[in-house]
Amino acid sequence: MDIVVCIKQVPETTDIGWDPQTGSLIREGVPGILNPNDKNALEAALELREKHGGFITALSMGPPQAEEALREALSMGIDRGILLSDSLFAGADTLSTSYALGLALEKIARFDLILCGKESSDGMTAQVGPQLAELLNLPQLTCAIEITVNRNAVKIKQKLENGFRILETCPPALITVDREINRPRIPAMDSIIEAYRDKEVQVWAGEDLGGHTEHFGLKGSPTRSRKLYSKKVKKGEVTILEGGPDEAAKELIQILKRKGLL
Amino acid sequence: MSPDELKEYRGLWVFIEQRNGNPVRVSLELLGKGRTLAEELGVDVTAILVGEGVSGIPEELIYYGADRVIIADDPLARDYRTEVYTDIIVEQVLRKRPEILLIGATCIGRDLAPRISARLETGCTADCTELHIDKEMRLIVATKPFFGRNLMADFICPFQRPQMATVRPGVMELKAQDRKRKGELICVDLNLKEEDIRITVLDTVRSSSGGTSLEEADKVVVGGMGLGDVKGFEMVKELADVLRAKVGATSLPVDAGWISKDYQVGQTGKTIRPRLYIGCGVSGAIQHSAGMIHSELIVAININPKADIFNFADYGIIGDVNQIVPALIKELHEMNPKI
Repeated sequence: MDIVVCIKQVPETTDIGWDPQTGSLIREGVPGILNPNDKNALEAALELREKHGGFITALSMGPPQAEEALREALSMGIDRGILLSDSLFAGADTLSTSYALGLALEKIARFDLILCGKESSDGMTAQVGPQLAELLNLPQLTCAIEITVNRNAVKIKQKLENGFRILETCPPALITVDREINRPRIPAMDSIIEAYRDKEVQVWAGEDLGGHTEHFGLKGSPTRSRKLYSKKVKKGEVTILEGGPDEAAKELIQILKRKGLL
Repeated sequence: MSPDELKEYRGLWVFIEQRNGNPVRVSLELLGKGRTLAEELGVDVTAILVGEGVSGIPEELIYYGADRVIIADDPLARDYRTEVYTDIIVEQVLRKRPEILLIGATCIGRDLAPRISARLETGCTADCTELHIDKEMRLIVATKPFFGRNLMADFICPFQRPQMATVRPGVMELKAQDRKRKGELICVDLNLKEEDIRITVLDTVRSSSGGTSLEEADKVVVGGMGLGDVKGFEMVKELADVLRAKVGATSLPVDAGWISKDYQVGQTGKTIRPRLYIGCGVSGAIQHSAGMIHSELIVAININPKADIFNFADYGIIGDVNQIVPALIKELHEMNPKI
């Protein structure tokens, strides 16, 4: 069972600054981390390899420093890393990201499953998984909280708002995993050293992928961000109910009663 | 697309998600919002409904704002399956060319919308909390929370059609039904066979515990870090029971393991807009307030008079939640001893 896990490097903090003049994010100096939900996808892949054998590739797209996220994946036990990095890819939305990842997967060619985290902690769109599945014409199984593989079938438990479903398909298929699926392992020091010293991260540029360059990056992105701003919170006058707990409680209940809320 | 091609796309569509023959609330919220947006553009609202045995639904959709209902009623569409729903919706979109397609950002909506957008090679803005029309450019502007903490971003899809967005449940108001409205019904066929469909649904389990979901609740009592410990939630639950309200939580108690993520309200949790919101030991940071700011009446109980929540609450009680909540419970019991 050969698996490709798609991962993303995201800013470490959610307290990122932005430039009100240009409306763009200030990413300089903000350290990157491996998207937490992607660790669940890596863990799920490692658990499948433990049961069924196979080779796991971690695939990412991003600036050169995104290699760190791939090294972290390697230190968890992933076999090899591939980074798609090229100024051509800059400014990609989810569709254009999926396009580049899709070309890389066609180039990798040998895989039974693609695993992705359900969503990234920065964009929170949960769109790259399904869009990638569509571009590769693969069945998609989203929001998995359990994955089982037997013979030639893969089954997941899919989390829904107030329940779940059991879905089945035949590989190759794409699965996105929910954070509930597992607790990702913490790499040991020697595997971290091995990840940096012995394992390989290949870097592929646009020309290595083929495809149409007009589909890469901002050019290939149908959505455009237009404005970025901090959220305004509605301001109003609050009425403070005075007195001790009992008086305040009594007064509140009278108010709720008057408003027909009891 | 060229400017001439873009002009061929007119009208606003809403995908109607249904479960066991009942439309989910967010689809109806979107019909109301879609009606307003469509009127600004001077176009019609079309609801597209897929499923089996769903022929009883269309009238309701017209009452909620649709001018037209496209209905694909077929045994193959009994359970939601990505490929089946994508095929029929894409086929209809290519035939009738709407400029906007809105989908509720439920688990199913967020599985379906990106798949459709990739097949149509168009843009989809995920999990929006606001929509408006830029009349000058004839574009829909979709707003979504960005980067977790305190940023919002506006997205547009200028050069491809339809412009797609998934919209978070609860952020748009559910408009009243207008039973005098009339509309058109169009039945369409699925051109699929079971053997073409690669996914099998082996089982579906939806818990019916508590009836309405948190997003749909009329009243919600939310617990925050100010409760002090896991026991605080028992008190919050008791207050919710006597008020016939649902329980919610901010993110920190969820992270601390006091309560499950299903109860989380806020940017990375659920969005609620109940008639009554009571925050117990909730500070009102943006991560939480983004998911409850549209509540009709906001009551805050917090020991810290400088807590953010007092900047947007309607009523506040400054004091210890561990004294005030029990006082409220006692008072409510005295008022109605049967509860």
